[in-house]
Amino acid sequence: MDLFNLGIRSIFVDNMVFAYFLGMCSFLAVSKKVSTALGLGAAVIFVLTVTVPVNWLLNEYVLKEGALTWVTASLAEVDLSFLRFIMFIAIIAAMVQLVEMVVEKFAPALYGALGIFLPLIAVNCAILGGSLFMAQRDYTLAESAVYGFGSGTGFFLAIIALAAIREKLKYSNVPNGLKGLGITMLLTGLMGIAFMSFMGIDL
Amino acid sequence: MSAETAEKVLDKKPAEALLSKRRKKLISDPLVDDNPITIQVLGICSALAVTTQMKPTLVMAISVVFVIVMANLTISLLRNTIPTRVRIIVQLAVVATLVTLVNEVLKAFAYDMYKELSVFVGLIITNCIVMGRLEAFALGNKPYDSILDGFGSALGYSWIILAVAFFRELLGSGAVFGIPIYDYVSGLFGEDFQLATNGLMVSPVGAFIILGLIIWVQRTKTGYVEH
Repeated sequence: MDLFNLGIRSIFVDNMVFAYFLGMCSFLAVSKKVSTALGLGAAVIFVLTVTVPVNWLLNEYVLKEGALTWVTASLAEVDLSFLRFIMFIAIIAAMVQLVEMVVEKFAPALYGALGIFLPLIAVNCAILGGSLFMAQRDYTLAESAVYGFGSGTGFFLAIIALAAIREKLKYSNVPNGLKGLGITMLLTGLMGIAFMSFMGIDL
Repeated sequence: MSAETAEKVLDKKPAEALLSKRRKKLISDPLVDDNPITIQVLGICSALAVTTQMKPTLVMAISVVFVIVMANLTISLLRNTIPTRVRIIVQLAVVATLVTLVNEVLKAFAYDMYKELSVFVGLIITNCIVMGRLEAFALGNKPYDSILDGFGSALGYSWIILAVAFFRELLGSGAVFGIPIYDYVSGLFGEDFQLATNGLMVSPVGAFIILGLIIWVQRTKTGYVEH
């Protein structure tokens, strides 16, 4: 039940976009059409669900203080956590590459849909942010998998909702200075208020 | 022979001034006309979360200035040796190293600030402005120009997030840099006069709305219209 709770929290309450501003660049740039937003959102769910648990393993068995005791007991005092950033980003870049190759080989249709978005994701803040939050909050392996999937889904929902609004927005008369980024920021703020209503929900 | 070489030396262009017009433009353009946040829509990711107060925002801004300038310099020095195919990984490695450095310095000398900024220092790695400047400028330009370009972009980014933080802290907590402005104002008018703080400004929603309004004002002034 705790896992379920964590999943719901990471989708709605601790939403990547509205609560932590992560992944804003691609959130703003790729939300002009629902179809492309769908592709990016799906790719983000996919990559987050894979990279957060993988980075958990890396953190637990290599980087944490005393994590290397499984090699020899004499390494108990080694603390490599300062290498976290560089190792996490390397794992993410490698995983994205790997995921891209696997998808291309075994699911060409999905590759066609995700295609151009996969490489972009390596430098999406939401992905690195997911791993860093996982390390900071001391999740277990199961929790980190649920958290990865949940926060990916939160991003997916947010970007699709924004894309749908922006498609409709084409027909409205926005002041010149607000066109594009300005009105999108205000919209995101309003959507954030909607998501705030989930605050304090405990299942 | 010697006359020929002498002539060649004379033909050489005089060295460009340390701060020529072109170089000044490298710094001044990203401040307003080509601002990384309001015009290019980059680097919004890691910045807005820290803008509830001025102090962490200032630390964040300084860190970003450091990282962009040093990364631009490093990549510019390496630009002829990096194979194009692996350049993204090389850039990520350089940026991640610099960010680790910033993080460790903060942890050692400003632990409270380190706690407050938490993961957002790490997220400078994926700040699109850093990668954008490396790709667009440092890979094709000399070190000194790259430093200026990085400095300009980082300043353009810094003043926007400081402006957002100013309004958010003033309206949300009634203070600037932790100095309780609202209390002074109500002190001037006596006990009954109280200024109310707006809780929405402290929440993420406030950041989006303030930034949206800043973009509106700024684009109206520069006349930039997005299509």
